Parts: sequence; C-alpha cells; structure tokens
Amino acid sequence: MGEMKQPLLIKKGAEASLYLADWHGRKVIMKKRLPKKYRLSKLDEQIRTYRTIHEPQLMHKAKRAGVPTPTIFLVDVKSATIIMEFIEGKQVKQLLGEVSKNERQRLCLKIGELIGRLHKYGIIHGDLTTSNMIQNSEGKIFFVDFGLGEKRKELETRGVDLHLMKRALHSTHFRFAKECFNAVIKGYSKVLDTENVKNGLDKIKEIERRGRYVAKRKGGKE
Amino acid sequence: MKQKKARENYCLGIESTADDFSVGISTFNGEILANIISAYMPPEGGIHPREAARHHAETASKVLEEAFKKAEIKPQDLSIIAFSQGPGLGPCLRTGATVARALASDLGIPLVGVNHCVAHIEIGKLKTDAKDPVTLYVSGGNTIVSAFDSGRYRVFGETLDIALGNCLDVFAREAGLYQKPSMPFGAVVEKLAAKGKKLVLLPYTVKGMDMSFSGLLTAATNLLKKGEYKLEDLCYSLQETVFSMVTEVTERALAHTEKREVLLTGGVAANKRLQSMIKAIAEEHDAEFCVVPSEFAIDNGAMIAWTGVLAYKQGIATPIEKSFVKLRWRLEEVEVPWVK
Repeated sequence: MGEMKQPLLIKKGAEASLYLADWHGRKVIMKKRLPKKYRLSKLDEQIRTYRTIHEPQLMHKAKRAGVPTPTIFLVDVKSATIIMEFIEGKQVKQLLGEVSKNERQRLCLKIGELIGRLHKYGIIHGDLTTSNMIQNSEGKIFFVDFGLGEKRKELETRGVDLHLMKRALHSTHFRFAKECFNAVIKGYSKVLDTENVKNGLDKIKEIERRGRYVAKRKGGKE
Repeated sequence: MKQKKARENYCLGIESTADDFSVGISTFNGEILANIISAYMPPEGGIHPREAARHHAETASKVLEEAFKKAEIKPQDLSIIAFSQGPGLGPCLRTGATVARALASDLGIPLVGVNHCVAHIEIGKLKTDAKDPVTLYVSGGNTIVSAFDSGRYRVFGETLDIALGNCLDVFAREAGLYQKPSMPFGAVVEKLAAKGKKLVLLPYTVKGMDMSFSGLLTAATNLLKKGEYKLEDLCYSLQETVFSMVTEVTERALAHTEKREVLLTGGVAANKRLQSMIKAIAEEHDAEFCVVPSEFAIDNGAMIAWTGVLAYKQGIATPIEKSFVKLRWRLEEVEVPWVK
C-alpha cells in the first residue's frame, strides 16, 4: 500500500474505522472496514467487500453529478481499505448548532441542492446524515461515506433517502429540524422538477404511513 | 409526591397492545409483586385483532384476580391504575383501556396512560440496573434502536416495514411450523437454526440507521418454496442475516451516542444468538451488555405498572375523557421527565 507513517485513528465507527495518515507526503483518510466478530465470516466478508468496491465507484459518480466528494487514491479490496483525500473542514452536524439562522438556511438549501443532483443522476446516498457532510474552508460542502449507497432510479429509493435525511435532522437537530428540512426541500426543488419533488414528498408521507412513523389522525379519537 | 405512612402505594398496570393480555402490580419503589400474562394463540395464521381482543375480554377478570392473589393485596389497596395506551392493535388496546377505566373510576383513583415502547425501556432499566443505555427493542411488532436525549427517548433506527419478530414468525408459518405457548415461533426458528450449517445469502438491507425486512422475508420464503435448501439452513441464514442487520444499526447508535450501556429487550431478546451478537458489540465499545429477563422482555403488565409509577410521581395522569387509545403513538412523542 506504499509508504505509511503511523496512521492515527480518528473515528471508530460501527461500519469502518477512519485513520488520518500520511501517504507519500499527503494527508489522507484511510478507511478500513475491519472484520466484525459478531457476523459469520462469509457474510462479513461479502458485506465488507461489496461496500469497499461500491463506495469509491459511487463517490466517483457523485463527482460527475456535481457533488463534491473526496478524491480516491487507492482501493485495496483484500484488506477492505480505501485511501482518500482528507477534507479539512467542519461537519455540518457541528455547524448547524453553531451558526445563525440565515447561515443554517443557506447550508440546508445547499445540501438539498446536492441531494437533488445525486438523485437526478440516479445515485442514492443511503446514509444522509449531517455528520456525513463536511464544509471545507472555502465553503464547499463535501458528501462522504457512500458505503450504504446504491445506483438506483426508483422513486421508492429516493423517497427513503429523503426520509433518512428528515429523520437524521429530527434525531440530531430536533430544535430546528423542521426549518432545516424545509430548506433542504427548497434546495432539492432547484434541481429536480416540480413533479419529481412532489412525488418524492408524497413518497416520504407514504413511508411514514407504513405504520410506525406518524399518527394518521393525530389527537383524533381512535 | 408524599409517601403515605403505614401502607405502601401500589400501581396496577394493564398491557393489551397485541396478543398478550397481562396485569402487573408494582410498588411505588419498583418492587414487582405480580406479573400475570395470558397469551392469545391464534388457531392459524397471524393475530386477528378482533379475535385477540375477544380473548382479552374473556380472560381479563381471571388475570386480574390472579394478579391480586399473587401480590396479596386487594383492589382497595391500589393508588393508581396504568394501562398501555398505544401503540398497538385497536381492538386489543381498547379492551385493556376499558378495563383500566372501569377499575379507576370504580375505585376512584387516578388513571395513567403509558406508552408501550417507553415501558419496555423502563422495565429493562429497572431489572438490569442500566442507567442510560442504547436500547435495542425487538419484538413481533417493533424493531427500534433508541437512546435518551433531551427529555425523550429518541429513535435512532427502526424498521422501514415489518418488525424483525414478524419476519421470523411469518417465515415459520410459511414453513408449516407450529408454535406452543411454551415455545413461540421465534424459539422454534432458533432451535432449527442451531442445526443449520450452510449460509445462504439473503438481501441485507440497512439504509442509514433503518432496516427493511420485507424483501428478505420474500427472498427466504421463495427459497423455501423452491425446496433446494434444508429448512435448518434457511432458518440459520435468516437469523444470521436479520440479527447482523440489527446489530450493525445498534453498533452505529452506540458509536454515535457514545453511551456506556446496551440494553436488549422485547420478545426476540430471548434469542441466544442475538444476545451473543449484541454482547460482542458492547464489548467492542467498552459498554455494558444488559439483557432483560424474558418474563419482562415480552409484553407484560409489570412494565406498564412501573412506568405508570414513574409518570405519576412526576404529576402525570390521564383524565378518563383523554384516555382514548393511540394506535400509532411513537416512542419519541413521549416526554419522560423522570429521566435525567
């Protein structure tokens, strides 16, 4: 894998561990999907291999769609490792709680626009949370962690993706989740046509109605 | 809330969200004096809400009587009545609510409507001494990964369609298996899975923090009908896949919240394989693994009684005119002021 000075573990996620490393004089992120002891090795290997191959492919396609993602330098399927560009900046998760209302609106609008571009291109991110979005010093927002993503065009998958975004806002930023999601949809509408947006929103409602998300007749007698 | 002198305060809790009708009695200090559960076993197919409700209505007085006998108290000794107000099946919830209202108004004591999912978490904390866990609640009706934050139990991940327990149940029924009161479908599948050796790859669907089991169920059922694989191997593969999915999501919630405990509850918590997987991720993240004893992991009245106590101590009560059942009452809609 080339020269590598002591990688520094910066995030031990559930799905992968992220290391900050020096690779040929460049600051890089090394994303390693370590075997999970709880899973059977055959299943574990299949999941790790699949994600290691698909993630860089989707990240590359996202760039084509006009969504900034870290540049991939190296993929080693055998050790389930991806070496990619290190984006210096702040997670949107952190930013949303710190900035003014206006700035929050701007960020969410932009995020919506980026999601729109992905969807228009048939890319489903699969894990749209604010910790998977990083703003660099130039104000450019990068999407990371496409490990659960897929290349799909169906309305259903787009609906689930948007629904995940909504849920992520509600679980992490519940104080201003509503205004944020409205801004996201506003940005999303800039890229996709009215019909697609409407269908997407209807789909979210349908997913929510599948049984476990909202009361049909809130407060009504049942 | 002032403790009355000379005698204990008791809460009676009624649980009737789905196929179980149960009455539990708890003291205000969390001592469970009785927990009587009467399960409805459909002769065939899944739970028919109206038939289950009929069972509840028929069995209610007997279960109540048994609970009082076990707790060695009289109805007049009760301080409050708690009941599961939702989420659940309408006819079943209404039957429990009717019994609760009748008791409360007859005895002239307060009524407390309890959220079923909150109750599962609270009894789990009471029985395992967990303080602030990430909870994986898996049953026939629910699959929820949650953790406390700012006044409520927030939902981090859940199923996008059917519940994990439901997935196992339907597969077992499709395979022509039978369940008994002492051995529900989940246990039957677990027993067969223990004999399985060959892993058949099935759709593994994790979307962000959410999961989907319906496609996987269809795939497993189709393979079953083809008859190319042994039932033991299919049970084994089904279990391995669905448990890996919930474990992955639970691990993500654990990594995200950085909590120090993982609590496993709900009917499926009894499964040893699932326990070992959740235990493994708990160890990985230096968290304590807690599993609720099965009597309190399945739907039970004791959890409703205890949660009723917690709410009532915070001044929460439900006037009869507001005691209508809430079929789709989400976990995160409920404020839990007793959790700090």
